[in-house]
This record gives sequence, structure tokens and C-alpha cells, in this order.
Amino acid sequence: MDQAFIQRRRRDLVIAAFLAAIAAAVPLFVKDVYVQNIMVLTLMYAALSQSWNILSGYCGQISLGHALYFGLGAYTTAILFTKFGVLPWFGMIAGGLISAVIAMALGYPCFRLGGHYFVIATIVIAEITLLLFQNWDWAGAALGIDIPVRHDSWLTFQFTRSKLPYFYFALTLACVAWFVTWRLEDSKWGYWWRAVKDNPVAAESLGVDVFNSKMGAAAVSAFLVAIGGSFYAQFVSYIDPESVMGFQFSLLMALPAVLGGIGTLWGPMLGAVILIPLTELTRSYIGGSGRGVDLIVYGGLIIAISLARPQGLVSLFSRKRKPAAQPVREAVAS
Amino acid sequence: MTAETIIQSLASGLLMGLLYGLIAVGLALIFGLMDVVNFAHGEFLMIAMYASFFLFAYFALDPLLSAPLVAAALFVFGAVVYLLVVRFAVRAKANTGMVQIFSTFGLAVLMRGVAQYFFTPDYRSIPHSWLGGKTISIGGIYLPQPQLVGALIAIAAFAGLYFFIHRTDFGRALEATREDAGAVALVGIDKNKVFALGWGLGAALVGLAGAVMSIFFYVFPDVGASFATIAYVTVALGGFGSVFGAFAGGIVVGLVEATTTLILPPSLKTVGIYGVYLLVVFIRPRGLFGSI
Repeated sequence: MDQAFIQRRRRDLVIAAFLAAIAAAVPLFVKDVYVQNIMVLTLMYAALSQSWNILSGYCGQISLGHALYFGLGAYTTAILFTKFGVLPWFGMIAGGLISAVIAMALGYPCFRLGGHYFVIATIVIAEITLLLFQNWDWAGAALGIDIPVRHDSWLTFQFTRSKLPYFYFALTLACVAWFVTWRLEDSKWGYWWRAVKDNPVAAESLGVDVFNSKMGAAAVSAFLVAIGGSFYAQFVSYIDPESVMGFQFSLLMALPAVLGGIGTLWGPMLGAVILIPLTELTRSYIGGSGRGVDLIVYGGLIIAISLARPQGLVSLFSRKRKPAAQPVREAVAS
Repeated sequence: MTAETIIQSLASGLLMGLLYGLIAVGLALIFGLMDVVNFAHGEFLMIAMYASFFLFAYFALDPLLSAPLVAAALFVFGAVVYLLVVRFAVRAKANTGMVQIFSTFGLAVLMRGVAQYFFTPDYRSIPHSWLGGKTISIGGIYLPQPQLVGALIAIAAFAGLYFFIHRTDFGRALEATREDAGAVALVGIDKNKVFALGWGLGAALVGLAGAVMSIFFYVFPDVGASFATIAYVTVALGGFGSVFGAFAGGIVVGLVEATTTLILPPSLKTVGIYGVYLLVVFIRPRGLFGSI
């Protein structure tokens, strides 16, 4: 195997550990609850976007309905806790498994669809589920579910006095999502996914199991997103269909990866670190008037970044490698 | 459920369906021309509705009279959006698909923000237009006049579009660019001009729909969102790349919606539309009339 490649992978791991250590230390110095709240959300979106990236970035199956899995995770945890007293930790695993199974069940018919037909199918399936939950009285219908506070502890995963436990869980989740991506990137699956993304027909002819590799990507992606949903339910302790399953949410999950660099290891992280604080700050400082200025800024930014850097902001860091071919071209031209 | 209620709701479903088709056909035209899905399509509808509303509020112009004006304004707007945003999105060398999804989505967010800024999130409606609230009875079936006129306008617009694409020079240029955008440059057709005109035309069609809808629907910054999803489904159901498909898809969507409301509570009426979409593409992965 290429020595430089192995070195780069090792370097990625070291950088990740270093960044995680810094992130873990930040709340020791930053005590402001508002800022801590933004940090929790940033880490959560980083984890979600990283997970979304597995199916849509690496495997190339663009899903704009991942809010479905987020919502299923949130609802499974909340329902198990409020109706059956099941601790959120078990709810989290259950939500993850249910989402993974549903992702594969949906993948069965959907992965036959190409391009925009697939994208629209993902939107529509999430939307149907949203409407069904809104009309499902047992699950709280449109009013949603209020998760009652029992007592602060890691056992019940509820903390009313401090944001720190949520912060550390979100950090762990982001690290796990990153690490899973890091591992998969250099596995058989990772290579299959990229082959499927680039050219499914050619991949098939070379012996790649196209269908099953899509299924695998969908299952991993949905599992991790559902864990994020469970976390969110505990974090805000109130969920309703629109707030955990809305279409906007699917886009919010995809945006960090798109802005940072789709199908890359660091793209979703970078995208989330830039985008989420920006979103939250514009919302609270200029969105408070309810006059939509935050939407104007946000929309303008999305257009600007996606047009200016189609390959994502991560490409700014790897510029060194590309110009190697240039002198040759210049030599030919002159 | 009597036969009469069924016929009644199928009839109103058909009228609504033609209007859905009119909303969707602009989307289909742009997609067919250059493989781009405009994720701000709903917001185009929204500004058309606002334009129609303000022309009524300030100049007492009935939406029926202002419809051509609104369509013309949207034509310019669509062409400008192409030149300012989409032109660059399709030129992207990496992730072209994502770039066009997100740049047009960013545009949608921006437009919603601008609408909220200037017009507030309030719901507005046109209180006394010529047709507002009136119905007509044909053989015991009551049809709301605004929808009826909307359906007629939709049919006329489809006929006009068909004529335009098949009988005019520009339509032929459009068709040729759609076939092979690279080759048309060789015969002296400016690809950018054709694309800009295509966007203008697509926007004008949704502008027409917005003007009609302002007669019987509330106008507010988020109004486009729900219709946009239906429009994507309509286009995909008919088959991407087929303008006729959007027309047929619209009719199917309207009828399905009407049938769903007979069986399910109104809050679930779109479930029927989405369900039929999934059913159709699972059986025919290219939609009803799609070629690509």
C-alpha cells in the first residue's frame, strides 16, 4: 500500500484526537450557557452530517429525507420512555436498529430509482411518515411528546442543571461518526461505495455488489442519524413531528457536508463548525425581529458558498496537491 | 358516499389537477432543457401570488387582468435568476448535482426571507375579485369559478407551450439545445440565451398559476413550500424530461388528491399523492412518460 496514503490516514487520526481533546477542554473555559448550547448543536449537526455523508457523499445516493431516521430515533426513545419507562439508552439503541431496518426496507424498492426520482422518493417517504405521525394520536399526534423530567443523572440521560453532559455526549457522538467514517473509508465497503457513486454500471461489471453496498451505507447512515435523534429528544425534552421530521431538517443535515465537502472525511465537520454557529447567531441576533433577515443572510450564504466552492471548503486545505500538472500544460502552450 | 359526491370531488380534483399541472410544467420545461431541478420553484409561485395581490391592492387590477403582467414579470425574473445563479451552478466542475440543488435551495430561503422582510409573515387574501367565491353548476355539479377558469387557462397555456415548442424557431432552438447543448453552438445558437429564455418561460408559466391561485388561496411567505413538493412529485410522476408528462401528472395528482379526501381525513390528503408517486416509480422507475 502507498506509504503516503498510510501516513495521511494516520495523520488524520492524530489531528482528530487532537481536535477532540481541544473541544473537550473548551467548556472548562466557556461557561456561558448560550454558547454551550450552540456548541452542543454544532457537534450534533457535525455527527448527523457525517452520518448523512456516508450514504449520500460516499455512496452517492442523495437523500433529502434523512429527517425520517432522526425522527424515528427521537420518537422511539421518547415513546419507550414516557409510555413504558424504558431508559433512553435502550431507546437509543432500539431507535437506531429500527431506523437501520427501515432504511434497508425502503432501500429495497428505492435503490432501483435513479437521480432525481430517488431524491424525490426520499423526500416523499419522510413527508408521508411526518403526516402519519401528525395524525397518530397514540404518539401524541401534532402536539408531540413532552418528556417528563425524572431526575438528573446519566442513567436517565437527563440534566437540567448543566449543559455539560449533553456537550460531552454530543462530542462523543461526533467522534464516533467521524471514526466510523474513517474506518469505512479505507475498507472494502468504502471502495465499493465510491465505485457505486462514480459509475454503478462499471462497478457492477467489476464485481461490486452495488445493491448490497447501498443497503450497507443506508443502514449505517440511518443508525447513526437515529442515535442523533434520540440524543436530541433528551436534549430538548420535547418533540413534535414537524420539529424532528420536517423537510427543512433533512436539508439542515445535508448542508454542512455540502458546504464542507461532500464525500470527504473532514467536510461535514468543517461545514458544521462554520455553518451551525452562523445559523444560530444570525437567528438570535438578527432573526429575533421575525422579519426574515436571518433567512436572507443564510440563503445568500448558501448560494455564495455552493457556487464559489462546489467541491466544498475542505478543498481549500488540499490545494497544494493539484497544481502539479500545470507546468506541463504551460510548457505545451508555449 | 353517493355517486354524486364522488363525481363532484372527481370534477374538482380534475380542475385542481390542471392547475397542479400548470405549476409543474415550468419545472418540467427547465428540467427537460438542462437537467436542473429548481428547488425555488415554490418561491417563484409565492412571488407571483404577491405580485398579483399587490396589483389588486394598489391598482385594483383583478388577478384575471393582471395575470399576463405577472407572467411577464416572472419571465424577466426567471431569466435573471438563470443569469445570476443557475448559470454558475451548472458550470460547476465538481458535485454539479448538489450545487444546483443547494444553490436553488439557498435562493428559496433567500426569497422567503425577502418576502418576510417586506411583506411580514401575515396571511393576505384578495377579498373581492370578480370570480372569488363564485360557483357554477353544470348538471348538478358545483364547480368553483376561480378553479374552473384556472383550469381553462392551464389548458390554454399547455396548448400555447406545445405550439411554441413545435412551431416556432425559438422552440426548435430550445428542442435542439435540449438534445445536445454542445452541438447547437456549432450552428450559431447561443446556449446561454436559450437557457435564459427557458428559465423565463418556465417562470412565466408558474407566474400564470400564481396569479390564478391568488384568487382563492392565502398569500404568505411560506405558501410555495407545500405546492413545490407537489410540483416535484407531479413532474416525476409524469416523467422527468416530458412536458406532456407534467400535464398528465398534474391531472393524476388532482384526481388522486380528490379520491384521498373521500377516504382519509383532509390532513392526510397529500399522503395519497405521495403514495401514488411511490407506487408508480416502483413499477416504472422513469415515471409515466419519462424517456430518460
